[in-house]
Amino acid sequence: MTDTAPANLDETSVDHIIIRFAGDSGDGMQLTGDRFTSASALYGNDLATLPDFPAEIRAPAGTLAGVSAFQVQISDHDITTPGDAPSVLVAMNPAALASELHRLLPGGTIIANEDTFDERNLAKAGYANSENPLEDGSLDGYTLIKVPMTSLTKEACAELGVKPRDADRSKNFFALGLVSWMYSRPMETTTDWIKAKFAKNELVVAANTAAFKAGHAFGETAELGAHKVTISPAKLEPGTYTNINGNTALSWGLVAATQLSGIPMFLGSYPITPASDILHELSSKKSFNIRTLQAEDEIAAVASAVGASFGGHIGVTTTSGPGVALKGEAMGLALSLELPLVIVNIQRGGPSTGLPTKTEAADLMMAMYGRHGESPMPIVASYSPAQCFDAAIEACRLALKYRTPVMFLSDGYLANGTEPWKLPDVDSLPAIDVEFATAPNAKNDEGEDVFWPYLRDPVTLARPWAIPGTPGLEHRVGGIEKQDGTGNISYDPDNHAHMVQIRADKVAVIADDIPPTMVTGPDDADLLVLGWGSTWGAITSAVRRATAAGHSVAHAHLTHLNPFPKDLGDVLKRYPKVIVPEMNLGQLSKLVRAEYLVDAQTVSKVKGQPFTAAEIYDVIVGALQ
Amino acid sequence: MSDTTVPETTKADWTSDQEPRWCPGCGDYSILTAVQMLMPELGVRRENTVFISGIGCAARFPYYMDTYGMHSIHGRAPAVSTGLAVARPDLDVWVIGGDGDMLSIGGNHLIHALRRNVNIKILLFNNQIYGLTKGQYSPTSEPGKVTKSTPVGSIDEPFNPISLAIGAEATFVARTHDMDRKHMQEMFRRAHAHKGAAIVEIYQNCNVFNDGAFAQITKRDKRDAMLINLVHGEPIRFGAEQERGLAMNSAGQIEIVEIADVGSDALLVHDEASEDPALAFAISRLATAPTMPTPVGVFRAVERPEYAAEVNRQVDEVTASHGAGDLHGLLRSLPTWDVTA
Ligand code: SF4
Repeated sequence: MTDTAPANLDETSVDHIIIRFAGDSGDGMQLTGDRFTSASALYGNDLATLPDFPAEIRAPAGTLAGVSAFQVQISDHDITTPGDAPSVLVAMNPAALASELHRLLPGGTIIANEDTFDERNLAKAGYANSENPLEDGSLDGYTLIKVPMTSLTKEACAELGVKPRDADRSKNFFALGLVSWMYSRPMETTTDWIKAKFAKNELVVAANTAAFKAGHAFGETAELGAHKVTISPAKLEPGTYTNINGNTALSWGLVAATQLSGIPMFLGSYPITPASDILHELSSKKSFNIRTLQAEDEIAAVASAVGASFGGHIGVTTTSGPGVALKGEAMGLALSLELPLVIVNIQRGGPSTGLPTKTEAADLMMAMYGRHGESPMPIVASYSPAQCFDAAIEACRLALKYRTPVMFLSDGYLANGTEPWKLPDVDSLPAIDVEFATAPNAKNDEGEDVFWPYLRDPVTLARPWAIPGTPGLEHRVGGIEKQDGTGNISYDPDNHAHMVQIRADKVAVIADDIPPTMVTGPDDADLLVLGWGSTWGAITSAVRRATAAGHSVAHAHLTHLNPFPKDLGDVLKRYPKVIVPEMNLGQLSKLVRAEYLVDAQTVSKVKGQPFTAAEIYDVIVGALQ
Repeated sequence: MSDTTVPETTKADWTSDQEPRWCPGCGDYSILTAVQMLMPELGVRRENTVFISGIGCAARFPYYMDTYGMHSIHGRAPAVSTGLAVARPDLDVWVIGGDGDMLSIGGNHLIHALRRNVNIKILLFNNQIYGLTKGQYSPTSEPGKVTKSTPVGSIDEPFNPISLAIGAEATFVARTHDMDRKHMQEMFRRAHAHKGAAIVEIYQNCNVFNDGAFAQITKRDKRDAMLINLVHGEPIRFGAEQERGLAMNSAGQIEIVEIADVGSDALLVHDEASEDPALAFAISRLATAPTMPTPVGVFRAVERPEYAAEVNRQVDEVTASHGAGDLHGLLRSLPTWDVTA
């Protein structure tokens, strides 16, 4: 069994635990969760995380809108999701308790900062008549641990000469210390980190360290012994690991593609949640022959990348859904110019501003069809945080080899979620061979050597990439329709029909160059769960659970959505039932129904939150009845 | 390449095999000829020269140059060119567009390219009308203009492209017109020699939809009286007998004066290199329409670090201090742990 937490902690050893840290946006809960995760990763647990924060820079303190949460599952075995219901909820204030309690497993543990449960905060959190849930018996079904975190933190910091108001800011480290004690996390990982992170301010180092140690000591001394739990390191495959989120893995994949191809990279990007971290990461990777431009807008971001591609770089642009909407015309240009370009869409809730910090995967149809005219574009989608690395290399490979814009789909959940990643041996990553044109490739009517920019490779249908600076290959390209071969402007009706078909064929032939559908489970299973993108973790977990419960279920997951793997039709037709869980209203299922005439059933979730394994498990069991 | 001498070329070498498709009599022809004739004099290579355009009549220009070229999308040529110039600082990148392309749909890209000082040479063909879409008013059309989309007259205040460029922190700003090849070539030569973003506004006659828009100042017999030639370091004077000039009045405003009235010592001396753009801006405001005496020439030419060079300097410096990127090391730059069998 995976992803199901034990309901009480009266054991010395468990195989996994799901903890949710929740507090006000100003309480530093993302940092607390992140540090607990790092300590667990270095300790050797398998893990997966789900940061869940509001879009506002700072909602009014103490309100429900201002609650920021971070969920992490740690385990002694292979897991694929941050878990469904947490068994431990750390609530730094009444709003955090009010907003997050419904997620907690029945009988789970609540660790509350009781100092904050005063009349004002209770009222702000919506507790009628300021009834204090810590006192009124409403939490009787849970294990409640009340800790005066604020005052204990202030006490611990008092002799350091830290002002009480500043000491208040260290209370998240008290919580971290307490939870670290409960789960036997080594202390040094955190104390070393505090030292390095706040090196510029000794007083802050002292205060945070004191708070952290006080939290740890509180667990030790306050007779919380019954709650102490150990989770052994997971038996992961041998190798060197790091804990990584999707946006970092994606950035490093882009860096790797530059190294593997020897082609410099140009990133044009405009800041947008949740994609900005890729711009930040690549801006600090200049020594890898990467140039970045923070453009004036989304259109300039993609247009500058097209210009760089014309000059012989890999043009990349990174954004989220609203940005992709703005880039449509320039993507069409790249498609018409037949130049390499990678467009990264870190999907978020839409339409319009939608839910900037919440996840959704509803841009698949936009990736397929969101340009005018017949404008097919290969689509690569990543399915786990670490796998963003491989997927980014694949997107660049296709763009470079087929001289085409490629859409890369990730989402907010993958972008910010983390998991341990077994680092690949960089020498074993396959090279990406790219050749620029260096010589004329045709003769004109007078028999002279000339260069035809649209004379294609017969297999890939890619046109030659002749970059400025190459003598004798001067040529003009444009978004206007051109004659195949010569590249000269052409309004000929038959030529246009031919070019429309060629551009479609060029994407279609990629099917010969991608792996078959990733399928797990028996060929004769009663049900297939078809997924794409970040649903992989929840589907994998749910299918494992269903299989353990005696059901016969298979799971197919797509990394390439255009073209589909060649065997996808056969795979889908092999199973009597196909369900498609998607964070949209059924976009992939529409595509496969249209393409393969299979009765794929949509399982939809559009709540800004990823699927839980339990939700998918229930659908599987329901479908099999 | 070991051979560093640039081969001699002629106009024919810079002329592609594509027939220009502008309306007969269009001012674009004379601009094209001016550029094709100038290129052999610049000592540059065809393969290192790129023309990038957006959409509009003017935007067909790259097809007629036997260089590298891209006919991109409406308004985006400055952005496309910025990417190319950053990726390839070794190239000469020219940007071609009209007033609709550069000042309306692409206005944002234009001002940002100028303020960044990217090494691109922008030729702004200003004909004060939309030609390709057949005659709607443009962001430089005069108020009251009657067009298909303004049947009772335009109520829009137009842009003054020179004022806009100066306001956008441009380091090189010039104006010329399609009736004077020598002057155009002089402005293009100056733009080419400038390190950074250079914009040259060219008054261009659209003889189909806005014929004669500039005739009151560019006709051969009007030029002396109506064009105020800006020459760096010289008092600003014009007129058939050079009898008029520009001076600053007691309120600090620039005005046209009769030299006979004020004496030549009162004339303003043109300083294109002045760090303070105030005077260049004031001169650009002198004529609100090409029916009044209008300054032409280089308004502003100042030095500032060039963007692409700066981007590449940072790349080189980081690479020199950190060493060339090491992927193996990068993957281990966050905390790692080992799992053994
Ligand atoms: S419409 Fe005007 S600008 Fe366009 S080609 Fe004809 S004359 Fe020239």
